[in-house]
Amino acid sequence: MSWAWANRAMLAHYLGQHLYLSLMPILFGTVIAVPLGIACVRWRWAWPPVLSLTSIFYALPSLALFLVLIDYTGLTDWTVIIPLTLFSMSVLVPNVVDGLRSVPDPVRQAAAAMGFGMLRRLIQVELPLAIPVVIAGLRVATVASISLVSVGQLIGIGGLGYLFTDGEQRDFPTEIYAGLVLLVALALAADAVLLVARRLLTPWERGRVRRGTRRVLAVAWLGSRTDAT
Amino acid sequence: MSYFQIVWQWLTAAQQWHGSNGIPDRLVQHLEYTGIALAIATVIALPLGVAMGHARRGGFAIVSVANFGRALPTLGLLVLVYVLTSGSPASWLVPLAALAIPPILVNAYEGVLGVDPELTDAARGMGMSEWQILRKVEVPVALPLLLLGLRIAAIQVVATATIAAYIGLGGLGRYIIDGLASNEYNVVAGGAALVVLLALAVQAAFMLLRQLIVPQGLRHQTRSS
Amino acid sequence: MLHSSSRKTPAPTLTGTPMKRTAAVGVAAIACLAAAACGSGKSGSNPLAPSASKGSVVVGSANFPEDELIAQIYTDALQGKGIKVTTKFNIGAREVYYPQVVRGAITIIPEYNGALLTTSVDPKSTAASTAQVNAALSAKLPTSVEILNSAPAQDKDSVTVTAATAATYHLKSIADLKPYASKFVMGGPSEFRTRTAGLIGLENVYGLHFKSFQPLDESSTITFTSLQNGKVQAADVFTTTPQIITDHFVTLQDPKNLFAAQNVTPLVYKKGVNSTIVSTLNAVSAKLTTDALLQMDKALTIDHASYTQVASGFLAQEGLK
Repeated sequence: MSWAWANRAMLAHYLGQHLYLSLMPILFGTVIAVPLGIACVRWRWAWPPVLSLTSIFYALPSLALFLVLIDYTGLTDWTVIIPLTLFSMSVLVPNVVDGLRSVPDPVRQAAAAMGFGMLRRLIQVELPLAIPVVIAGLRVATVASISLVSVGQLIGIGGLGYLFTDGEQRDFPTEIYAGLVLLVALALAADAVLLVARRLLTPWERGRVRRGTRRVLAVAWLGSRTDAT
Repeated sequence: MSYFQIVWQWLTAAQQWHGSNGIPDRLVQHLEYTGIALAIATVIALPLGVAMGHARRGGFAIVSVANFGRALPTLGLLVLVYVLTSGSPASWLVPLAALAIPPILVNAYEGVLGVDPELTDAARGMGMSEWQILRKVEVPVALPLLLLGLRIAAIQVVATATIAAYIGLGGLGRYIIDGLASNEYNVVAGGAALVVLLALAVQAAFMLLRQLIVPQGLRHQTRSS
Repeated sequence: MLHSSSRKTPAPTLTGTPMKRTAAVGVAAIACLAAAACGSGKSGSNPLAPSASKGSVVVGSANFPEDELIAQIYTDALQGKGIKVTTKFNIGAREVYYPQVVRGAITIIPEYNGALLTTSVDPKSTAASTAQVNAALSAKLPTSVEILNSAPAQDKDSVTVTAATAATYHLKSIADLKPYASKFVMGGPSEFRTRTAGLIGLENVYGLHFKSFQPLDESSTITFTSLQNGKVQAADVFTTTPQIITDHFVTLQDPKNLFAAQNVTPLVYKKGVNSTIVSTLNAVSAKLTTDALLQMDKALTIDHASYTQVASGFLAQEGLK
């Protein structure tokens, strides 16, 4: 569309802002969710209260948090980033917990038998094996985050969301279409990046594997890491 | 005053419970938007997911549609449909239904797909038609995941229906958007608390439903959101 | 394979040793966080502290196109004089942005003097003319802020109806609504409900008790659609809205001056502006007439020109570049 080309500088500006506003919550959300998830697996009693808390953040409309935060963080990006971080975290923590719990017991036992300490087991065995489930959660959280940033436009900080409210105010569907196309493209691109990351980080899943084979491959991979000379 | 005190004061003020801007009216409107959108999404996504899971094909298409649906920003769709249809009910129906379809679709598909092939083989061996297999074997076994998809969708719609207030509609979002415009912290806080309470109530309702209709042996299955 | 950890470092795998991989991810995460901390200026927002000490200002706007346009005009004019500007447009209603101006997070914002007075400064004021309103403002504004010269251009809130409604009920002025108000749904932006220059004033000054209030938008598509499909019978349509003409709406007269003078007037944070900024903005205000505003609004909302085009067009035309 010629309008889009003519206004490409403006569109690029909002696209950049949108990227920033959606990536930061994912980053921070992950940084919080991974240790929190690990803790909930280690200390089982912690999981029910944490799950309740994350459910609340999942259901809490970010819009409500914006006004609460304006008094503290003013009209800055943080006013949007903080609620979205809480939302991302609420999606990711259950996935981290699920992922860690899905590590097959034989693998865990094999690692223990090989003399892996708890921390080493966590970092070298359990976390890597949890990656597929965690990335599944990351994909949902990323797409949701990108979509939710547009709501920040109701306090003027919404990236591509600007195109929606301005399009409504000026009765200008073209602008709204542009926003929708760019936002969906951004989300699909981010999703693709995560899929590639998953492939790179899980070498034992390359090639076509049936579910049962994964356990065998995991143990084999584990063994290969401690090969003696 | 702490957040809770502020919310409590607002919630218990008598005026909150009367009139067209009162909590009962807004709650009913909110449930209407949620219920109708959820119903339409279920009618579209549930049969589709179940059918494709039964046929064991279309997994890539389902995941792609779900991804695409999740990426669609509710505010954008809300505004677009409003402008294109001069404010018809489709303005809120389309975005909220679009939000609800992905979790229902994906979980229906995965639920039916995940039914142990031995069960369906046995059923075929006993001479059941495909339709009977679906009805008597696959759907009952997939029930936990079907319910999970509905529950996830319901909670997302309850939380997001607040945005409908942007185009002048009612519902609990009215408190949040009006409070935002007038810089009334207590109204926004109260509205948000009500939305969370409603979402928790919906969650509880689904848990109850699950207890009632899912047989004991099927209660543990992993989630797909 | 079952040797205990006699090796100090694990064997390499396809994507590097596990430790290296973990470390790489950790470094990347920290780098991203650092970039985030430094890069928050990318999107055009500033921390809370006023930044005019370096000769740079924050220009804000309310959440409707005309105000964003005027803010863009201010921005272009100031940048033309070599002043560094950060923009924060579409913040929200006055109730949200006004506290930010008072504490200096926003340096300059295009205001409407009458509305500013009755919404945020002195709701009980009965000042009506431009001179009266500005005198009241100068007297009552907090000491951290001040208004600059008012432009001749005015954009007022109003009570507006469709041509059909005006004909059916013989409506010429707001006072004519009195017998029918209880059957009418009144529409306007959310904040209209709690404002003196809004529903409250219509009740107190004109004695109008409407059937109900319907929140709409800032005199835009939702407002016009709701008037036309009968969802509301009367609405607050800003007086420079081009659709008043194109959609044949009738703006009712305001004999009691509830909606007082509403000249476009810059509201500024005193410590954030210097004499260059003040004279630049005053020069812009001098040339801003109601007619010019109407023309620009039409270009924006009907012809869908871009804000930057319309703003620089105005400045070039008035020799203010």
